Amino acid sequence: MTIRVPIVENILNANDRLAEENRARLESAGVFSINIMASPGAGKTSLIEQTLPRLKNKLRVAVVDGDIATSIDADRAAQAGAQAAIQVNTGGDCHLDAVMLRGALEQLDLAEFDLLIVENVGNLVCPASFKLGTHKSVLIASIPEGDDKPYKYPGMYRGVDALVVNKIDLLPYVPFKMDYFERGVEVLNPGVVTFPLSAKTGEGIDAWIDWLIKNVNGNS
Amino acid sequence: MHELAVTQSILDISLRHAKEAGAKQITAINLVIGEFASIVDDSVRFYWELFTVGTIAHGSQLNFERIPGEMTCTSCKFSFHPASADFSCPNCKSEFVQITKGDEFRVDSIDVE
Ligand SMILES: Nc1nc2c(ncn2[C@@H]2O[C@H](COP(=O)(O)OP(=O)(O)OP(=O)(O)O)[C@@H](O)[C@H]2O)c(=O)[nH]1
Ligand SMILES: [Mg+2]
Ligand SMILES: [Zn+2]
Repeated sequence: MTIRVPIVENILNANDRLAEENRARLESAGVFSINIMASPGAGKTSLIEQTLPRLKNKLRVAVVDGDIATSIDADRAAQAGAQAAIQVNTGGDCHLDAVMLRGALEQLDLAEFDLLIVENVGNLVCPASFKLGTHKSVLIASIPEGDDKPYKYPGMYRGVDALVVNKIDLLPYVPFKMDYFERGVEVLNPGVVTFPLSAKTGEGIDAWIDWLIKNVNGNS
Repeated sequence: MHELAVTQSILDISLRHAKEAGAKQITAINLVIGEFASIVDDSVRFYWELFTVGTIAHGSQLNFERIPGEMTCTSCKFSFHPASADFSCPNCKSEFVQITKGDEFRVDSIDVE
């Protein structure tokens, strides 16, 4: 005889629970953490490179870099002044998950840091589904990707706490209707804090740095 | 793209609940997956065949209930499918709309013997 057993359990429940453990571990060490997500080449590592020197002597920063195979990005973060830079190779996976972040946290003496920056794998779909346990999720959109990305990747735009619009130095050269882009963002994530900037020229970076420092100090 | 991890989770959840229910065999898994979950059914089925070998879920059927995405206009309450690359309300042209369906991503139930 067949019987139906009701379950109603979220498929990624196990990951979500581990993410909560990561969060608890970060909180007890007094570390504020962000998860930076974006498509490949949007400028995640470039933004981290611009950010680190500006936090020098203010915050102690660790960077965890998710990458399918190489350590290029972690090397760039170390070069730019991260007190620790850890590479997590996902072995072909298209996203970091809570287990991978836990492995990285185990390699860090968390008491030594104020801020943890996680660079997720370049991908606009999968990272949105896998919580890591970080305090805030940040999405970097970049001008050359096109203004229709909120409409095509709603899952990513909906889940984030801050939006960086990078490569604004390219606005004169690429067709990008800012009001069309902003309208999609507004529907998916009303009122999300947005930082238009250029990780190349440094324009607009100050507002982003202020937001980070305020969050670390707990008065966001 | 992350069907492997998802399939493993579905199996873990199913086996745990089957054990709690004292089941000898799982015959079907009933999933509810919203449109925004971006999961390819065929890939999950492919991994399912591999992962279930040697478990009481071997030979079980995966049933996908797909929930289409839905937006609802906050001005006129009209609900519609967000098919076009434009999120405005097709009824009143309002730009104040919200996503109301399509996030579902759960194991709803299992059928066991
Ligand atoms: N013009 C311009 N180029 C930029 C800007 N930010 C980054 N780039 C360039 O964009 C390219 C990709 O930048 P990365 O920082 O490596 O991008 P990423 O998101 O870390 O890439 P992956 O980790 O490979 O997904 C590099 O050639 C950067 O120099 C910007 O603000 N303006
Ligand atoms: Mg990078
Ligand atoms: Zn309407």
